[in-house]
Amino acid sequence: MTTPSSSSSTLSPLRVAVTGGTSGLGLALVRALHARGAQVAFVARDARRVQRVADELPGTHGIVGDIADKLDTHRIALQLNAALGGLDVLVNNASSLGPVPLALLADTDCEDLESALAANLVGPFRLTKALLGSLATRARARPEARALVVNISSDAAVTPYAGWGAYGASKAALLHLSRIWNEELAEHRVRVVSFDPGDMDTPLHAQAVPDADPATLKKPADAARELLALIDAEVTRTAA
Amino acid sequence: MKAAHHPIQRPRDAKLLVVDAAGMLQLAPRAELANFLTRGDLLVANDAATLPASLSGLHLRSGAPIEVRLAGRRTLAVDDLREFSAIVFGAGDHRTRTEDRSPPPPLRAGDTLALGPLRARVLRMLDHPRLVALAFDGTPDEIWAGIARHGKPVQYAHVTEPLALWDVWTRVAALPVAFEPPSAGFLLDWRLLHALAERGVEFATLTHAAGLSSTGDPALDARLPFDEPYRLPQATVDAIERARRRGGRVIALGTTVTRALEHAASQPHALRAGDGLADQRLGAASTLRVVDAIVSGTHEPGTSHYELLRAFAHDDVLARADAVLLANGYRTHEFGDSVLIARAARQCASSAAIEAEYRDACAKVRPAVDRHAVLDPERV
Repeated sequence: MTTPSSSSSTLSPLRVAVTGGTSGLGLALVRALHARGAQVAFVARDARRVQRVADELPGTHGIVGDIADKLDTHRIALQLNAALGGLDVLVNNASSLGPVPLALLADTDCEDLESALAANLVGPFRLTKALLGSLATRARARPEARALVVNISSDAAVTPYAGWGAYGASKAALLHLSRIWNEELAEHRVRVVSFDPGDMDTPLHAQAVPDADPATLKKPADAARELLALIDAEVTRTAA
Repeated sequence: MKAAHHPIQRPRDAKLLVVDAAGMLQLAPRAELANFLTRGDLLVANDAATLPASLSGLHLRSGAPIEVRLAGRRTLAVDDLREFSAIVFGAGDHRTRTEDRSPPPPLRAGDTLALGPLRARVLRMLDHPRLVALAFDGTPDEIWAGIARHGKPVQYAHVTEPLALWDVWTRVAALPVAFEPPSAGFLLDWRLLHALAERGVEFATLTHAAGLSSTGDPALDARLPFDEPYRLPQATVDAIERARRRGGRVIALGTTVTRALEHAASQPHALRAGDGLADQRLGAASTLRVVDAIVSGTHEPGTSHYELLRAFAHDDVLARADAVLLANGYRTHEFGDSVLIARAARQCASSAAIEAEYRDACAKVRPAVDRHAVLDPERV
């Protein structure tokens, strides 16, 4: 795997879209991409926070939208394509915990399960689908590279933690969707991979485990560095 | 022909009419399109995503309600979108036929239009009371956001239910620069792309800002198509050269792809990657330099799309095709059925080489057709 410092030249012209880009891992990733000179557009629901991040990082494009909302999908895709003029990498990072505080499955309202599925599974599915034309176009235009979708996963997608039913089930479904899509899109040189950043000191983790000691948690910036290295490796690896 | 009323891009019963280089006609289910392409062919599609180019709002000087349909832009540059040409209607929406739409209030340079979250100024009139050049206020990101949130796809009265963006984006839609969908591409899906690859048919795209197909005003309609910017990627130029080297055909998916490729091929340096502005009209007198066949929707005589088909086939062949389309219940307009028309071997028809090519083309097409009714041109 290439290291971030040695590969900055390969990443700098990349056009990257990040959902959930105003907090936690998403924000750390947007900052890291910006620092590396990539063209970045990010999506989040809160207009003021989007504006604040766009102001902090001149040259990035902030887009207000809710990936869990079907009606927003193509509006977001249109703005991402327009802002970046094409797309090499989509990072589906925006996630919902489901019921807060965490609930046992038998106590989980079906509406809470549905909203977790909307944000963590159906939303990334819809947005990826709407952007596939753009990703495949870039893959055709750059025979030396591949287009990439990264779906942010979790160990809760694999391990059945009590209390994490809505989140874990939705992330497990996303993980499997990523695997199948990766098989189907190989001929178009579009990779679909999952990335588990580990337990991080983020607002989402604080919602889930309010009394966790932040010192025991990974810094989002560290996870963002690992994710950058993954993007580098996946995008530049020659298609088989 | 009857219009397709429902915004379904790939109806299961969609039909195809194949017109070969000899003018032979053949009916087939559109699902069998791949069977009419042969190993070595190249299919080129338009990967433009469609803007929600219909913006409703107010003409502030008069207070009158208006509908603005964005119609053109000089470039595809995503950060250069302050200035558009646009058609302006008075009150009403797509449910009224464009021919019957009320005119806009008298417009003049300097007027302000309030279009949802967007503000636009009329820069100048473009030689017609409905056609203006306008400029939006704001940064490119703000303008894109305003169009994305407030705009609706341009729609005509033959489709009654309101169109959503997903109804008008093809499966390969990327850069949002088309004002109406490049609807020949509606037939594309990922299964077809897989089938083409399996057959040894290459696939490539270009980006062409497909413009409005109708304005409802005869004087304006006569000016269609407006100039349309396009972008031809190096990868697509390479694919065309590969196809030619191996003797494959270049098949354009739609009139916009044909217009872009033929414009690029007519430039002094021939086919070269890059940006261009297609300002030519293709018709019966046009020489096709690069496109060997077109897959298109069905079009009715008198439209600019139909004129373009005349560059491929003789008028008598098109007339027979029209009769067959009508007799077999083919549907027209953007969600309708499709035709595949091979370029007639007619240019320099006296040359022996072309005659031989003509016979080869016929020989190539005919063996594929035994499963379908082959229509004798003389008996249609």
